Amino acid sequence: MNINDVYFGVIGGSLIGISAIGLMYTLGRIAGVSGILQAAFWSNEKSWRILFLIGLLATTSLFHYFNPGHIAERQGFPLGLLAFSGVLVGLGVALGNGCTSGHGICGLSRFSKRSLIATLVFFALALITRYVFHTLWGIAP
Amino acid sequence: MKKNLFGLLFGVLFGLGLSFSKMTDPQVVLDFFDLFGDFNPMLLWVFASALLTTLLGYKLVFKIKKPAFAKEYHLHERRTIDKPLIIGAALFGIGWGISGYCPAPVIGVAYINPIEFLVFVIPMVLAIGLIRLFRFN
Repeated sequence: MNINDVYFGVIGGSLIGISAIGLMYTLGRIAGVSGILQAAFWSNEKSWRILFLIGLLATTSLFHYFNPGHIAERQGFPLGLLAFSGVLVGLGVALGNGCTSGHGICGLSRFSKRSLIATLVFFALALITRYVFHTLWGIAP
Repeated sequence: MKKNLFGLLFGVLFGLGLSFSKMTDPQVVLDFFDLFGDFNPMLLWVFASALLTTLLGYKLVFKIKKPAFAKEYHLHERRTIDKPLIIGAALFGIGWGISGYCPAPVIGVAYINPIEFLVFVIPMVLAIGLIRLFRFN
């Protein structure tokens, strides 16, 4: 285990938490990115959500521009499989009303039973899927 | 106007947290799911610290009657565990387990990996739109 990674993880996770607290304190909104993304396209309150997404996109881009060695750019992942997984994630977050941030972090933090069930289900399915697609079938690198 | 400013600010913080914690590297996420292979606990550190921070912060926030710049807290008060929730969470988990991307981190790869960004985000948004079409029409 790399101790630097623990440090990166805890600082980064806390920043995500502070963002979630801030959004609730100021605008009374859940910091669920799939919900924000959906309502940025389809709702009557688009602008702050579009700015949230722009802030997210700009910051991550600048961070990786200035810290080129921080993470590696993945190469060679099959694009068909990637698009298929995009469809599944889109269908899933729209049907289930949330993703890792909305259900997993914000939902659990306010003790929502629906979010607890959703979080257990998507973590379990992700583990099984990884086993099948990587270890068993070897089609996802 | 204030709403937009806060939207931007918390998007920036969220993005800083994601990139600092390496969640924008889908391989780091996939390696967390590889319990019996190249296991990497990173996602656990990130998730646990984000959850703990938010849990404590929400406790304080909800002591205040209403948000600072809105009329009320917008919380989903639905309590029933229904089929769409379970099926949705399952489909999302499968997609996440295939590529290592969920909706926030994938936005963070727009610069470092624009091809993967487009190939994932366009189908994802179309799929979200498709569900909305069926749900609201």
